[in-house]
Amino acid sequence: MLLIAFLILFPLAAGTIIFFASTVERRAELTRWAVYGLGATTLLLALLYFRAPPQFFTLSEWLNEILNSLFFIGGIAVSAYLLFACRRINRREWWIPILILMQTGLLLFAELAPAHPEVMQPFYIDSFSILMALIIGIVGGLICIHAIHYMNDDQAQHSQTTDRRPAFFFMLFVFLSAMFGVIFSNHLLWLFFFWEMTTLCSFWLISYSGTDEAIRNGFRALGLNLIGGVAFAGAIVWLTFSTELRTWELNQLIAAGSALALIPAALIAIAGLSKSAQLPFSSWLLGAMVAPTTVSALLHSSTMVKAGVFLLIKLAPVFHNTAAGLLLALIGGVTFLITSLTAVTQSNAKRVLAYSTIANLGLIVMCAGVGTANALWAAILLILFHAVAKALLFLGVGTTEHLIGSRDIEDMEGLVYRRPLLAGMLLIGILGMFLAPFGMLLGKYTSFQAFLTLDVLPLGGVLLAAILAFGSAPTLFFWSKWMGKLVAMPRRVQPVNMPLARDEALALMALTVITYVACALFPLADWMFVQPYTEALAAAHLLPTTADQVSWETIALMTGMLAVLFLMPLWFWWRPPQFGVISGYLSGANVDGSASYRGAMGATREVNSRSYYLTGFIEERVLMQRGLWSAIMLLTLLLWSAS
Amino acid sequence: MSAQSWLFAAAFVIFGPLLGALLAGVDRRLTARMQSRQGPPVLQPIYDVLKLLEKDTLVVTELQTLYLRGFLLFMVISGAIFFHGGDLLLSLFALTVSGILLCLAAYATNSPYSNIGSSRELLLMLAYEPMLILVALGFFLVVGSFQVSDIVAGSPWQILQLFGIFLGFLFILTIKLRKSPFDLSASHHGHQELVKGITTDFSGHDLALVEIAHWYENTILLGWLYLFFAPFGWMWALPLALVLFFAEVLVDNTHARLTWLTTLKMTWWVTGALGVTNLLLLPLIN
Repeated sequence: MLLIAFLILFPLAAGTIIFFASTVERRAELTRWAVYGLGATTLLLALLYFRAPPQFFTLSEWLNEILNSLFFIGGIAVSAYLLFACRRINRREWWIPILILMQTGLLLFAELAPAHPEVMQPFYIDSFSILMALIIGIVGGLICIHAIHYMNDDQAQHSQTTDRRPAFFFMLFVFLSAMFGVIFSNHLLWLFFFWEMTTLCSFWLISYSGTDEAIRNGFRALGLNLIGGVAFAGAIVWLTFSTELRTWELNQLIAAGSALALIPAALIAIAGLSKSAQLPFSSWLLGAMVAPTTVSALLHSSTMVKAGVFLLIKLAPVFHNTAAGLLLALIGGVTFLITSLTAVTQSNAKRVLAYSTIANLGLIVMCAGVGTANALWAAILLILFHAVAKALLFLGVGTTEHLIGSRDIEDMEGLVYRRPLLAGMLLIGILGMFLAPFGMLLGKYTSFQAFLTLDVLPLGGVLLAAILAFGSAPTLFFWSKWMGKLVAMPRRVQPVNMPLARDEALALMALTVITYVACALFPLADWMFVQPYTEALAAAHLLPTTADQVSWETIALMTGMLAVLFLMPLWFWWRPPQFGVISGYLSGANVDGSASYRGAMGATREVNSRSYYLTGFIEERVLMQRGLWSAIMLLTLLLWSAS
Repeated sequence: MSAQSWLFAAAFVIFGPLLGALLAGVDRRLTARMQSRQGPPVLQPIYDVLKLLEKDTLVVTELQTLYLRGFLLFMVISGAIFFHGGDLLLSLFALTVSGILLCLAAYATNSPYSNIGSSRELLLMLAYEPMLILVALGFFLVVGSFQVSDIVAGSPWQILQLFGIFLGFLFILTIKLRKSPFDLSASHHGHQELVKGITTDFSGHDLALVEIAHWYENTILLGWLYLFFAPFGWMWALPLALVLFFAEVLVDNTHARLTWLTTLKMTWWVTGALGVTNLLLLPLIN
């Protein structure tokens, strides 16, 4: 219990100290130490509760009282701050303050009710939340370290704006603190407070640069997340006044099962969908790209979107085998299909990453909606791999942008030869995202099995499987063509001058190693974090005990193939072939290596070629529009079927 | 897994390329006859590769050889899993990885011809990948397992239950074998046969590697085709699979090449209309 309190309070304290640091160097130093401390604490937590069954903590009477009032005041303070921030809204954003008022009103209504449910166990810990803590503490921490140098560069590029870096670092740490709160709170009202804190932090961080575009996108993120917030507050009101299920405790909500808890679970699922940027709500995550890469990395990998899917996975036992669960899975499926297709048309690396994040989260939501033991297994492992690989990719792209001055994939041509280390890290990130067992194989493998053995509406399972089949092909396409650009032999030698900064190199290297290790040892991660969680659920009869676990043979084969993939380059490096080197074929006499040739009429022509973006086949706007409407329809159906 | 299944896997690794080479040889012979030519000897593909191995190898970048070796290796892994009686999805996964590595090899050389070739190869993968997955899903729904050994021991009715998927598979088989009208990735050059899309910048050892991997691929694809008829026993299944395999030659010689957009749209329509419909109707057929 002390550790949990420490994890929630420590980033907050560290952020405050960093905020008041006197110089840039001092701030950097403090940030590093804060991150080391955070990483060490999460590791300690993982060791102390190694494969532990879920544990709940009670607080003494007086502490409970104090915390209750603190969270009450805190909640009002958050609303007040958001309302204050709304002074900068424009005419089309009038609905945002109304949502804030609605949400606060609903919450006050529930809290000030004459009789409200008592919460006996406000905090808990289980192996899933430990895994999340490791992701938040270590991946989130590394992102903070990467930010040290990155933000100095960023400030140098935008020197005319006021220096808000101290507040920026403060907000990063508050964000981590709020995330720890989300994953350890069993008290729904406290959970909701932390939930709103993440909304606030993301709003602030997205608007960080202060340009009009950044502010508009910040408000979009705020507004869409507030829709989820209102739904969450609605669920709390329902849980306060309902006659069948009166509780403010998350574990009791889950234990109530689909018969009683479907309505509040569906409402909270809306909050989860908005936070994890699923389709009707996904535009905020794309808008969030205006913020510095640090923020994108944080939002996409270890915080924010992961809070959404975390809660959805928690609620999976309620949705299992219901029409609402199937509809939830379909929302994830539609999101997965549409955003994978859209990612093909993008050449901006950050936008490709953003779309692929949404797609991957869609896959996780699909698994959560199905909610068998196997599907949850896939979902949790997908969270782990996505967090690590996506953080690596975002930070890698950010660093690349600072080094080569562009985030366009076309400009990354030949990175393997120009910046071998950086390109190697990006390639490992891409492999971790889709080629290595995850995303592509393992997630697909288990979800196919889970979908096809779904009892509720057998056609629904087949539909999900078909969506997955169609959605994973574009994934393969856009990742491969990106890799193709990275490995291409550059036509001209480009000068390499800027070295990789130490902090950035440290963060990137650490993430690369973690991706590597996580890929190689994923059965271990499964044994340490996933199995205790699903077994505890099964023991509580919240999850059907299925015998169709993935066989050890399959896992051994996957691990073997992965090893081959990673060891092949080493073997090649050890024994390289001795072949003559020429320049590429240009259908004429090469003039300057592969860069130009003498064409017809003796004229010298430059060589130029670009990737395929299939814009004749996929139109981003049209596709996203259709996705939006079908997701809204599915969401309406979901609410209807839940009630 | 029994000793027999290991034997099958080993047989594939050793004799797989020979069978694939024979298939390629017969293919060339048949094509020649359809065009009223004499055609090369059936063993010609093997002679070609032996000659390639004697030639000097020129590369644009040494790394291309690394990717090509990966291409061959994962092709072998895919086939070994398949003929071992292992997991169909895993085998398919290895096949995909090997396809991507071939594209990377061509991308690495970065000549415009290789570039377009590999882009188109990726496009074709985008087109046929869903259908291949649906084949595995169809077998799973009928047999209840992704294991090839279980599918082989399944009921003879599966070909009827999966008839739509079977037709869809025949359709994408044309793409997988790089036959017209879908041989987009294999040729772009107006006037030379030697310049062949994705393999433009491979020569000597590297090209031989690609050829051998294609032989393996031929054998694997014949295996997939065989799988549909496998419960009949090999006396029936093998001739059926071979006849259908060579029917692709006829298609090849009677169709002109399509554009990528038509290919993609057509394939996805076929996948949806035949594959997905078949899957959706399965509960009614059972």
